[in-house]
Amino acid sequence: MPLRNTPIQRKLMLIILATSVVVMLLMRGAFFTYEYFTFRQATLRQLSTLGEIIAANSTAALAFANQDDAKEILSALKAERHIVAAALYDRKGGLFAQYPDRLASGTIPAVPGAEGYRFSNASLAGFQPVVQKGSQLGTLYLRLETGIIMREWIWGSVQIALAVMAVILCVAYLLSRSLQKQISAPILRLAETARAISERHDYSVRAVRPGDDELGRLTDAFNQMLGEIQTLNQELEQRVVERTAQLAAANKELEAFSYSVSHDLRAPLRHIDGFAGLLVKSDGAVVSERGRGFLTHIADSAKQMGVLIDDLLAFSKMGRSEMKIGPVDLHQLVAEAIQSMQMETQQRAIQWRTGDLPPVQGDRAMLRQVFVNLIANAVKYTRPRDPAVIEIGCQNGSTDEVAVFVRDNGVGFDMNYAGNLFGVFQRLHRAEEFEGTGIGLANVRRIVSRHGGRTWAESQPGAGATFYFSLPKSRKPKHENAQTHPLG
Amino acid sequence: MKTLKRILLVEDSLKDIDLTLAALEEYNLANEVVVARDGVEALDYLYARGKFADREPGFPVVILLDIKMPRLNGLEVLRQMKSDPVLKTLPVVMLTSSREEPDLAASYELGVNAYVVKPVDFGRFVDAVKHVGVFWAVLNEPPPRDHG
Repeated sequence: MPLRNTPIQRKLMLIILATSVVVMLLMRGAFFTYEYFTFRQATLRQLSTLGEIIAANSTAALAFANQDDAKEILSALKAERHIVAAALYDRKGGLFAQYPDRLASGTIPAVPGAEGYRFSNASLAGFQPVVQKGSQLGTLYLRLETGIIMREWIWGSVQIALAVMAVILCVAYLLSRSLQKQISAPILRLAETARAISERHDYSVRAVRPGDDELGRLTDAFNQMLGEIQTLNQELEQRVVERTAQLAAANKELEAFSYSVSHDLRAPLRHIDGFAGLLVKSDGAVVSERGRGFLTHIADSAKQMGVLIDDLLAFSKMGRSEMKIGPVDLHQLVAEAIQSMQMETQQRAIQWRTGDLPPVQGDRAMLRQVFVNLIANAVKYTRPRDPAVIEIGCQNGSTDEVAVFVRDNGVGFDMNYAGNLFGVFQRLHRAEEFEGTGIGLANVRRIVSRHGGRTWAESQPGAGATFYFSLPKSRKPKHENAQTHPLG
Repeated sequence: MKTLKRILLVEDSLKDIDLTLAALEEYNLANEVVVARDGVEALDYLYARGKFADREPGFPVVILLDIKMPRLNGLEVLRQMKSDPVLKTLPVVMLTSSREEPDLAASYELGVNAYVVKPVDFGRFVDAVKHVGVFWAVLNEPPPRDHG
């Protein structure tokens, strides 16, 4: 696990332990260096003291040239097991006696060298004059094997160092375990509080302040931010409640309006049409032939207004009704829409062409209405064509929306007047040419827009028209929040 | 053959009464129509009280009931009828301008027998009234009654 992902408690302990080990190693190194030099000095001093004693003891042997005595004296060095070689030279520098008896040749220098002891590799060796009453009787050679001593000494100090280190590490571990809590505990508490809040979304919780240090200030800042979030949240909730209430009221008003339109505006129209009809049917003496014509106009207008009111109510309802979103098979919708127009199409020569249509998410009934309106338009405006060609397909290209089109070879329209095409009761043709109130495309636009899509059209007069609508592939409905309220 | 096939028309608008009667006249059903001008009058008629205290005995074969009326509306009349053990079997047809869903739902929940929206087109209105009148006053067999 990388260090930055390690829990903060372990991180702190690791830092403390690593620091202790490094400090200890540095101290141990310095101490060892000091000890090393002290040890060399001591060895040198010991050897030179030993040399002085042996030199003093061997004066008689040298003075009387007694080699046996000299050997005897040197053999006392057996007690010092690190002395590997010793020799006595006579006044003239010739080898007088040596220790031990057998030695590989070259171990002992043939002639005495300069006075004094020197360290060479793995040994300390040197010469010391044997002096009696101011005159030099000969020279003593001593050779101490230092390699073994050094190894023993180093091994000993390493053992001590390891033992000390183990103890220190144990103490440091125990100490750091309890001390790191001073820093990690408040941080962990803060983290735990933050986690609990983000899980439960309860912004009324506050973190406990550990003290007056940086962590205390961090906790203060944290709590202050929580307070702000809580206030903002409350304001937001309050606003949502207010807006929902406003929306509900507006919806209710709209409903009441539509109800009264449905009831009260239609009744007088029915009366106008009814009594005009009764007059037409009545005795010819009452109303002239011309008057009958006028009465027919009155009745027609009343019927037309009735149709307009019905269309408007349906349009208004389309905007308010709840959407039932699910997977929709567009092929099936197209087939149903074409089927529903059989009455108008059975006397006509129409070539239907349906391309590939992908499955989409949407309100099935509403999308069916879209196809019914677009295909009904195509059927209506191709009336002068023989044969009429109506093509339904999907435009490829965009990755985030599905663009469906309905294309016809009908009378088309002038694109200059296309701006209001999808508006309520907007028409580009006279009612005598092509019947209709102009609500169909407005409904198409409203349904598609409630699905989060777009509507547009392309045409040239006489060259047919293509109507497009798009549906987003990941559907985000526009006013669903307003729709989910059960307002009847 | 029953002696009298009476229709109770509950309607506040004089114009609608005229039109409905004109439509029924075409099928010779108009002279068996009793008109109540609102919900209160309708219940008065059914219970033979108030200005209908001296009415002929017996119940209408069908009640054509408007919804939007002063004093007591059609849905309230329907509710009271359906909670009365004597009146609840009387066939009731809503004959109204409204095709609003809440009205439709409420009517059927209260147990209405039919719901007819008055078409704006007079020709179709006549047709609708004719169908309703002929079906309920001629074809349909009313519930059995000992008295009324």
